[in-house]
Amino acid sequence: MQSLGLDVLFKGKNFVRLLGGLWVAVRISLISVAISIVLGLVMGVLMTGKSRVLKAVFRVYLEIVRIMPQIVLLFVVYFGTTRVFGWDLSSEASAIIVFSFWGTAEMGDLVRGALISIPRIQYESAEALGLTTGQVYRYVILPQTVRRLIPLSINLITRMIKTTSLVMMIGMVEVLKVAQQIIEANRKTSPNAAFGLFAVVMLLYFAICWPISRLAGYLEKRWA
Amino acid sequence: MENALLEIKNLKKAYGEHIVLDGLDLAVNRGEVVVVIGPSGCGKSTLLRCVNALEDIQGGEVLLDGEPVRRGAKDISRLRQKIGMVFQSYDLFPHKSILENILLAPLKVQKRQRAEAEKEALELLDRVGLKDRKDDYPRQLSGGQKQRVAIVRALIMHPEILLLDEITAALDPEMVHEVLQVVLALARSGSTMLIVTHEMAFARAIADRVIFLEGGHIVEESREPRAFFDRPATERARQFLRTFEY
Repeated sequence: MQSLGLDVLFKGKNFVRLLGGLWVAVRISLISVAISIVLGLVMGVLMTGKSRVLKAVFRVYLEIVRIMPQIVLLFVVYFGTTRVFGWDLSSEASAIIVFSFWGTAEMGDLVRGALISIPRIQYESAEALGLTTGQVYRYVILPQTVRRLIPLSINLITRMIKTTSLVMMIGMVEVLKVAQQIIEANRKTSPNAAFGLFAVVMLLYFAICWPISRLAGYLEKRWA
Repeated sequence: MENALLEIKNLKKAYGEHIVLDGLDLAVNRGEVVVVIGPSGCGKSTLLRCVNALEDIQGGEVLLDGEPVRRGAKDISRLRQKIGMVFQSYDLFPHKSILENILLAPLKVQKRQRAEAEKEALELLDRVGLKDRKDDYPRQLSGGQKQRVAIVRALIMHPEILLLDEITAALDPEMVHEVLQVVLALARSGSTMLIVTHEMAFARAIADRVIFLEGGHIVEESREPRAFFDRPATERARQFLRTFEY
């Protein structure tokens, strides 16, 4: 059998570089998810409100995000808007903008879904006990909403981490790009490095996403 | 009216064009158990919801101890503490244990001390035979057990009147009995209650006064429940009661 090309991994600082690339991917996801949760909460609450104009606007926004491939959004923001508006966006800033734009739409819809899934009797029985509107939300509605939301938003994190592999297309050096660079640099000495390195990248994604996804599953079961 | 605790005067409730309660008058005295019966859609549940200001009303007023109970009023939280309500089904908070369900309002609304409130909660749970389930969650309980907890949750607030809205309608027949036993014991201890039910035998056993409601009006009212159930005065009530015979 031919060499699997894993030797390259332990040459110099290659493995540490890969981990550095992984951190870039995780960092973008975490920042974007944090922004998305805050904006998504606002959007979700507004979507359950009375304004039909707002609802229509959010509907269109959500559809755009769902239909548009993330890579196109990345290109529009990084290559497009920087030219047209003449501002100076780093590739990381562009990535965070696009991922937050995407995440806010998804979170908003999740929050809306979680809020309307709480039966009316929950509001009423809390009110009937003499709780004020603020207390009804604080002790009864929001805890239940958050319980429904946490597993779903954790899933969004894993989806974001996976999708960060696209940001190499706008010049960010994340884990996949690092792997490519290492493979290119060792083309002569280890032609099989492509197999070993990409396999390791796969395992790294797995190592990050699997525990997160397990956590989501656990919380979902526990709070169901 | 002698010693009326709850007074409902000329109550009007409509959903858009559809009139549910059409100028209803009713007074409930302290210590009295009033049972409201009637065909579905007659407005009996809506009546209870209006008493607790869960519905906007289009006219008339609800007075508790002479104070108006109005939806959206500043003091509604204070007045609702005097009105205990148990709903048809599953209104326990699913994310809280049985004990926390019961303690939420005493601790947060009445600002009572935890130790004292917990002691009372356990006594009440003991009375309905559920003391050992205090740390369980609602989903671990049967329907009948949940309803008994819901009654305890209302009782711990020391309400002046209890509103029971078809509390056995969603229960399996064998669970109905255990819940009604609890309510019967409350009635005997002098609680004031306004009860909506489809359990005619229960209504007959517990009522000091029976109200037959139809089309948003009181069609028949009787202070002799046995006589009412045996020989209702109006043709409509007779027809209605006949639907319970086989």
